[in-house]
Amino acid sequence: MNVGLPHFLTISAALFALGLFAVMSRRNAIGILMGVELMLNASNINFVAFSRYVQHGIDGQIMAAFVIVLAAAEAAVALAIVLAMFRNFGTVHADTVQSLKR
Amino acid sequence: MTGDLVFILLALLTIVPAVWVVFSPNIVHAGFALLFTLFGVAGLYAYMGADYIAVTQLMVYIGGVLVLVLFTVMMTRVPQGKRANYGLDRFVPAGVLSLAVFGLLYKTITSVDWGAGHTEPVPTVAEIGTNFMTNYIFPFEYVSLVLLVAMIGAAILIRENKNTQDEPENGESEVQS
Repeated sequence: MNVGLPHFLTISAALFALGLFAVMSRRNAIGILMGVELMLNASNINFVAFSRYVQHGIDGQIMAAFVIVLAAAEAAVALAIVLAMFRNFGTVHADTVQSLKR
Repeated sequence: MTGDLVFILLALLTIVPAVWVVFSPNIVHAGFALLFTLFGVAGLYAYMGADYIAVTQLMVYIGGVLVLVLFTVMMTRVPQGKRANYGLDRFVPAGVLSLAVFGLLYKTITSVDWGAGHTEPVPTVAEIGTNFMTNYIFPFEYVSLVLLVAMIGAAILIRENKNTQDEPENGESEVQS
């Protein structure tokens, strides 16, 4: 076996599908967020793999760094929303809450 | 040969806990499984020679995002018996769509000629730093602005409820005094 681009792309596709499943099936808002993190990691694997095996440059890795930063910002805001939701409604289930204020 | 073995181990370390993240009924277990998945992804980055991204993944994701997620999970626990964190009624559409997406991606991956070559990995930290300060200076500054805004926004979201409760009390005390 010669490990190359298709192997990494396959792992990335599997991670993306799992993340999509979590986003669609989880009722807990934090579970949905975990699914989004999985999908962002899948995209990052793609960036780094293409940068390594196709482009032979550094641009893909820089883009991956930006994705990591934006994922951190997204996680901070999303978890703040979850905490506000829990404080106002006493639940973190995404299908029972339709607004942030009571 | 050893490289292949390492790759297989890293792939298993990434995918198997990811399955647990998705299917575990206990959200705390899902959070801790996410730890292993993120660790496996960092290992894959290191395998591809992206040392800077691998270390950033460890520091930002495992050191920051994951700790935040686990804190939130444990702060929002409510005793709810067997009320599931996922809906069984959603497993069918979610499974169908996920499998369709995976099948489509896999078919694309195997059928397209990506023109992939093989090169020796080189150290990337110096080059990434130089690029951040030259070619990517505007996105770099912009993303720092986004981080600042997200930080302020998160703080305001957390404090919002307290402020709305305080304001009428302050108004009343002003009227009375």
